[in-house]
Amino acid sequence: MNSFSVKIWALVLATIGLAITAHKIFNVGLPLTPQQDTELWTVQAQASFTGDGGPAKFSLTIPSTTPNFLRMDEDFISSRFGLSVDTIDSNRVARWAVRRAKGTQNLYYRVQVARANNEVEFTSKPDFPEKPEYVEPYKSAIESILRTVREESADVESYVRALLILLNAPSPGANVELLLGRADDLDEWTSEIIYILKGVRIPARKIWGFTVSDSNNDMKLTPMLQVHNGERWFTFNPRTGQQGLPPDLLVWMVGDRPVYDASGAKDVELSFSVTKTYAELMSVVRKGAEASDSLVAEFSLFALPVQGQNVYRLLLMVPLGALFVVFLRTFVGVQTFGTFMPILIALAFRETQLFWGILLFTGIVSIGLMIRFWLERMMLLLIPRLAAILVIVVILMLLVSMATNRFELDRLLSISLFPMVILAMTIERMSITWEENGAGDAIKMGIGSLIVACIGYLIMTNESLMYVMFVFPELLLVILGLCLWMGRYTGYRLTELFRFNAMRRGGS
Amino acid sequence: MMSFMSPKALREIGVLGMNMRNADFIMKYNPRNMYPLVDDKLITKKLALEKGIAVPKLYGVISYQHEVHKLEELILQHHTDLVIKPAEGSGGNGIMVLTGKIGKMYSKASGDLVSLSTLQHHVSNTLSGMYSLGGLPDRALFEYRVQFDPFFDKISYQGVPDIRVIVFRGVPVAAMIRLPTRASDGKANLHQGALGLGIDLATGATLDGVCQNQRADHHPDTGYKTKGIEIPNWPAILRLAVECADIVGLGYLGVDIVMDKNLGPLMLELNARPGLNVQIANQRGLVPSLRKLEKIPVLPVSIEERLALAVSVADH
Repeated sequence: MNSFSVKIWALVLATIGLAITAHKIFNVGLPLTPQQDTELWTVQAQASFTGDGGPAKFSLTIPSTTPNFLRMDEDFISSRFGLSVDTIDSNRVARWAVRRAKGTQNLYYRVQVARANNEVEFTSKPDFPEKPEYVEPYKSAIESILRTVREESADVESYVRALLILLNAPSPGANVELLLGRADDLDEWTSEIIYILKGVRIPARKIWGFTVSDSNNDMKLTPMLQVHNGERWFTFNPRTGQQGLPPDLLVWMVGDRPVYDASGAKDVELSFSVTKTYAELMSVVRKGAEASDSLVAEFSLFALPVQGQNVYRLLLMVPLGALFVVFLRTFVGVQTFGTFMPILIALAFRETQLFWGILLFTGIVSIGLMIRFWLERMMLLLIPRLAAILVIVVILMLLVSMATNRFELDRLLSISLFPMVILAMTIERMSITWEENGAGDAIKMGIGSLIVACIGYLIMTNESLMYVMFVFPELLLVILGLCLWMGRYTGYRLTELFRFNAMRRGGS
Repeated sequence: MMSFMSPKALREIGVLGMNMRNADFIMKYNPRNMYPLVDDKLITKKLALEKGIAVPKLYGVISYQHEVHKLEELILQHHTDLVIKPAEGSGGNGIMVLTGKIGKMYSKASGDLVSLSTLQHHVSNTLSGMYSLGGLPDRALFEYRVQFDPFFDKISYQGVPDIRVIVFRGVPVAAMIRLPTRASDGKANLHQGALGLGIDLATGATLDGVCQNQRADHHPDTGYKTKGIEIPNWPAILRLAVECADIVGLGYLGVDIVMDKNLGPLMLELNARPGLNVQIANQRGLVPSLRKLEKIPVLPVSIEERLALAVSVADH
């Protein structure tokens, strides 16, 4: 393949990776940085009633479909009551029941929600309603209104919009005036509209929700109008005619059912409150991936068990480290022991932290080298000698662990995970370089490897990068593309600018 | 003082960088399946013998650890003036030169004496892959030690002066001679301090040299002036280099040649990834010559014509 088509491949891969990332950021709503906190609302329903000594039942409608919001967590607090949650029509209902209830009883339902760009739809499909038998004088008023609106509309959506404009006009006509007289509040007014819409057999219903913005201890359920056009539900504000669900409306229930139902109870009081808190975004995203059922979420790493997630959190950083090594070798020309060995050392540094990692690495490699020179005099075969070095590395690590345990520096205990095979190979390679090319080269390459490992460590432990790689693993395609592109870089390496200095005209 | 050249300046004088060498020349002109022909010196030697190319005589091969203790009866009883090499070594690593036997000890080219057990250990290390690319099991070759042409005595300090010719698509594009110095410990490796002299392809006369990344016009140890020495048998050397390139089918090849006082030019080894230092020794970038040759669709078959082409291409 020529250089051009390789670059096209690189571009295609990078574009796919970036496109998926962009889709997840802008359409699914996954955030790009982990630090920012996100607003979280805790909505609490508190019911209190007095039991009359007999069996008591209390049922509360709780949120089911919540567009624009993500349910993070729910709990039900009810000391002696049995609890079951059922789905009735489009609603979920929590039912508490107890054999004997005497005195004041308190029940709580608490739900935590976060804002999300989830595209949850109301899925239920209603039947077409029968046309009601209107009675005069309303009959002529309604029929006149419906006739007027029909002429101004093309489909269900525009019909409802036109109807709402007419009904809510600032200076309503006599017909509308008549209907307004029947409705005292928004609830009744919405019912009236649904009743009118039955005249043209448009299915309509109420949905109820809370407007959540700031903390509020006395929230009231607000009704909205929904109409069905045969395919999906459209939401309207019954008072203003504005179409669409307000973004800060948390939908609590659907339809005309009462929000609670109680038996064997008196003096029932139900109040809703909301508190605003902040949560780390990461957990919101995790919940989002669990709750949303889009294809993207399906393939999210959050779907893995936590143990697997932690492994991938680390594994996804390795390509990033490799990319960095490719960069250093292709563009800078740094020499290291083994191509990707510094990356493995960097991974080991994660366990020990940078300072102790460098100390341990230099310490073990130096002592190992000295012992290696002593082994050289024994003239061992290569593989047994490598094994001997490995044993010595393990002994050294054991000694370090015991010493640190004694001095209560427990951080170093984690060096048990320090990759001993890599240390042994480093010692072997370094001693060969030492003998073949001299101490200078060996030490230079050793320090080079250590520096690359340190920078690699800083890259691979960067919280933001870890977060980004984990939430957007498709960025691996971008890394792949970059590798392809760098694989066809034919320009000079930084070190070559110095190396070929002797070619300067007139000498140096 | 660290000073450096800008990429632009390097491009202007046509310096070939490592990345371009790998991507544009090695990947493109050296088919992977031909690599074993040059990476395994035993195969190279057999191939060269078949095609009648002059190489140092092979005295023997040790392939298995159990043969190591028979080192004396297999090889050293018959020859003590020889070179031990890993078959798949790289960069001159693992090469040991013996000049004879003194009592029970063997003398190295440097004058040091070594025992049989040291030699056995060295051979055993070689077999276990200590010097081979990727640490794979290897074999040890024992071959004729080149008797250097006395011509080089004044400009060489111990060790092996060798001539490296870069051959591209069967046409020599540059050549240099590498002279060991005290600093390079008898090795002909430029980055270890050997003196590299460019060679004029047309005449075989040496040009300015480079030692330790500095211009040099005399040998640092012998003090002998190194510019303008005419290398004897130059056309034969170039011809040998071109023939080697023809037998291994690699488009971008480094051919290492030594001058034996009795046998003339001998091919020492071939390299599918020859280094870039030849440019420093010649004070000339390779890119213009390589690109010129790339543009010629069909190169002449006759070696004479190709040598003539080499001279005209290098002359810019």
